Amino acid sequence: MKPVPFEYERPHSLKAACQLLADDEDAVIIAGGQTLIPMLAMRLARPSRLVDISRIDGLSGIEEQTDNITVGCMTRHAEVERSPVIASHVPLLSAAMPWVGHAPIRVRGTIGGSIANADPSAEVPLVLVTLDGTITLSNATGSRTIPARSFFSGPMMTEIQPGECLTAADFPVWQHSRTGIGFREIAKRHGDFAMVAASAQVSVDATGKCIACAIGIGGVTDTPLALPELASSLVGTAFTDQSVHDAAKAATDNLSAMSDPQTSPEYRKRAATKLIADALMAARNDALETSEGVTT
Amino acid sequence: MKCQLRVNGEDHTIDVEPRTTLLDALRDNLKLTGTHVGCEHGICGACTVLADGEPVRSCLMLAAQADAGPEITTIEGLSTAPGELSIIQDAFCEAHGLQCGYCTPGMIITASALLERNATPNRDDIVDAISANLCRCTGYGQIVEAIELAAEKLRQRNASPSEASQ
Repeated sequence: MKPVPFEYERPHSLKAACQLLADDEDAVIIAGGQTLIPMLAMRLARPSRLVDISRIDGLSGIEEQTDNITVGCMTRHAEVERSPVIASHVPLLSAAMPWVGHAPIRVRGTIGGSIANADPSAEVPLVLVTLDGTITLSNATGSRTIPARSFFSGPMMTEIQPGECLTAADFPVWQHSRTGIGFREIAKRHGDFAMVAASAQVSVDATGKCIACAIGIGGVTDTPLALPELASSLVGTAFTDQSVHDAAKAATDNLSAMSDPQTSPEYRKRAATKLIADALMAARNDALETSEGVTT
Repeated sequence: MKCQLRVNGEDHTIDVEPRTTLLDALRDNLKLTGTHVGCEHGICGACTVLADGEPVRSCLMLAAQADAGPEITTIEGLSTAPGELSIIQDAFCEAHGLQCGYCTPGMIITASALLERNATPNRDDIVDAISANLCRCTGYGQIVEAIELAAEKLRQRNASPSEASQ
């Protein structure tokens, strides 16, 4: 349970960090280390070098933009969990945070780390994909921004290229005044990896009719998955228990669900149907109770 | 590599391999063996310490990451003097909040962080906080009672500091 030997660097600029990554293909970034260090301890990861990005200025923090919130990659989960800005502008992310590991993990774990790690069952990628957010990647010469929905290419696999560092994620802020959220998860014990998770955000008009909807699932397929067709099919509808359940079932019927010794694909799809419906109804009821919106 | 650690209010400079965890540095280099080694991959919570007052797994932190970094508090740093018990430690004794004692330092550190943030935790708050720590003896009931008792004693002390110190 001791890691293999490796070199350790702690650059003070993003450019230097990216250069270290570009110069050594076996180098990996360490941010909070809450997934990497167990992987090192179990010797599943054997990097030549760790590039610690925790002391680089400008990589941590929560910034309000006009129509989104930018979260720097080194921002710790605990900071996001306690942030009043996140609670009022991206409440879905706030609701997901208590599900990320346990409190001591969230003290060290980072938003960028959760996203770059690309665990199919992870909550932060699920929320980012559900809300159709974006991810910023930088290398030694510049940066690019890509949609979260095309960032995850498989389990623990992403579009990050050699020499790149994920520097920030942008979570869209909905401007509708009556917006609600729902987050549901099944795990064997609290703090364990999600077997299935569903996150939903719904806006309603003055009459209670759904005017905007986003829904996504985690832990079911090999990447976090937004279900935009399901979401748009519910816009403008009455949103009854039965109609939402039927729509959720139709959306999960043809999914290619993952399998492991504890959780069969059939169970995952059945649970996903139930959690999608529950998350959507919770979001819709939350929206109905809101007289002022998430953006106030 | 050289690492400067600030632990329990004292500065230390140690020379360790980059792969050395904070846990191993505390135990092997600083001889602070109150922090226990459990699973070494972040599951059991036996190695929990405080970093700037927040609970962290010392097995999931490299000594290098603590270099000139957060102030670390271990179980040894919680008591007021050698041989004395903090209020939380005392409550664990009184409520029989331990059997083999292996998880106890982590439990007490976790409880300390909880009570620092929340002076009046309800049972759910306590259960949520210690859900990060495994105990294979007690069944947790008496640990929860110990933390409830500690919370009560801390509230009493803070209400009348002179009386409680007698």
